[in-house]
Amino acid sequence: MSLTNETIQQKLTEKFGDALTDWQQPYGMLTFTAPKDINLKVLQFLFDDEQLKFRFLTDLQAVHYPDNTGAELAVVYHLHNLVDNVRIRFKVFTDINKPDVFSATALYQSANWMERETYDFFGVNFVGHPNLIRVLNVPEMDYFPLRKEFPLEDQTRVDKDDEMFGR
Amino acid sequence: MSDHIVLPEGSLEKETTTLNLGPTHPATHGVFQNILELDGERIMKATSTVGYIHRAFEKIAERRNLYQITPLTDRLNYCSSPINNMGWHIACERFLGVTTPKRVDYLRIIIMELSRISDHLICNSIVGVDSGAYSGFLYLMQYRELIYEIYEEVCGSRLTTNIGRIGGFERNFTNTAFEKLEKFLAEYPKQLKEFENLFTRNRIFMERTIGCGPISAERALSYGFTGPNLRAAGVDYDVRVHTPYSSYQDFEFTIPVGTTGDCYDRFLVRNEEMWQSLNIIRQAWQKVQEFKGADAEVYHADSPAYYLPPKKDVYTKMEALIYHFKIIMGEIEMPVGEIYSSIEGANGELGFYLISDGGRTPYRLHFRRPCFIYYQAYPELIKGGMLSDAVITMSSLNLIAGELDA
Repeated sequence: MSLTNETIQQKLTEKFGDALTDWQQPYGMLTFTAPKDINLKVLQFLFDDEQLKFRFLTDLQAVHYPDNTGAELAVVYHLHNLVDNVRIRFKVFTDINKPDVFSATALYQSANWMERETYDFFGVNFVGHPNLIRVLNVPEMDYFPLRKEFPLEDQTRVDKDDEMFGR
Repeated sequence: MSDHIVLPEGSLEKETTTLNLGPTHPATHGVFQNILELDGERIMKATSTVGYIHRAFEKIAERRNLYQITPLTDRLNYCSSPINNMGWHIACERFLGVTTPKRVDYLRIIIMELSRISDHLICNSIVGVDSGAYSGFLYLMQYRELIYEIYEEVCGSRLTTNIGRIGGFERNFTNTAFEKLEKFLAEYPKQLKEFENLFTRNRIFMERTIGCGPISAERALSYGFTGPNLRAAGVDYDVRVHTPYSSYQDFEFTIPVGTTGDCYDRFLVRNEEMWQSLNIIRQAWQKVQEFKGADAEVYHADSPAYYLPPKKDVYTKMEALIYHFKIIMGEIEMPVGEIYSSIEGANGELGFYLISDGGRTPYRLHFRRPCFIYYQAYPELIKGGMLSDAVITMSSLNLIAGELDA
């Protein structure tokens, strides 16, 4: 008996009602959006449910949508049910001025560094994280480099001394 | 005393010794630091610091065409660059809807399994070096050289390979490549057997590694372990079997699993995986030889919109020139959407999460680097053990700094 996307969607809708929105299946992976205050409840339900068993956190990171006012940052979870070999993805949107999202470290040890990385690059503040400090960048850094307001250097700029640095 | 040296509070009174293992220590085999609190030689506490070679690949990728991202993937796990390259190509192909011919799949499998062998042989022989047995390293290292010669024959470079393209390879494999492959298949098993004779039932090696740095299956899953390290803990998760890519479903092979997840199990699992990889390469080589005539000349997908045409055609053919121009100048727009695609890298599940909003470059690209995720377990693995055990635990986890930092 394999677990289908429809079953997962049905079970989640039974439990959380209309709170979960934006159901999609890009390239076969069930994707949905949850309000940020119930992200842990969704994770816990997916973890505990005897049929769903999403007990492996594959990946956790964020995306910045500067035009999406009030919900600029999306934290994306990729979960994996290793028994039935089904993956799902769910997103939590948060305001960039108050980027508080509950930490998943109590459920998954692996969330520790993944959340630190997400904090490091996007500034998502994971509430309840035991040690939320930068992991790859220097501690003195005072900005979050993967946000879209930091464009990469324009390759065509001319005000740089090419003789010294070359192009 | 100059006033810029400030000792931390209580550092004179405390009873443990603080030791900096790394960032550039010969025993760490890479650039990362561990601050150890030692009671005698026993480790009471460890704190890991990473990020010394962070190169912001995810940011750089946001300004690059898909084919320009391949060289970035080289530098993740640089002991097995071809796997990363192919993983990226496969992610792009899934995203763009390109299907590759069987021959391309089999050639890719040959290259991927060769690089899995080259990665595992480094890891296992380094475990030997760290436990005091240098000679096994020398036996196997010459065969990594042969593998690199095969890469060189296929793509022109050795370590950071940038091998293949989206849709296949840049040229067909030469006869020299196949001759070298046959030489490898004929000679490597003997060396690997000799290596195993030296280590597997060696009393000193066993005493040194059994029970060293163990992890239970449950903890390993919670820590997000994948690849040989997870399988050594007893979980038979392998992306090649769970979500076959590149026609792995056409091959017969077994997935070795361990029980205790200690250094010895990791060593055995990697050794057995090398045998299985040899087995897969033999089957793939068999299948490649079955293509005759025009079929034996197929080395890329028939997908001109995404596959970069050969340079010779660009100079002589109108269509090739147009497509070359369109691909290079980024005139071909990507579809809008998102995809997570993963392959079994040498260290575990290597994932690419690609979000596109159309246009020529990804909106966001995230690499799931297995090393980064399982390295967080390191302090727990070495706690309570001896300092020398910490060193071989680190090498048997096969930590690659490039993959940690991305």
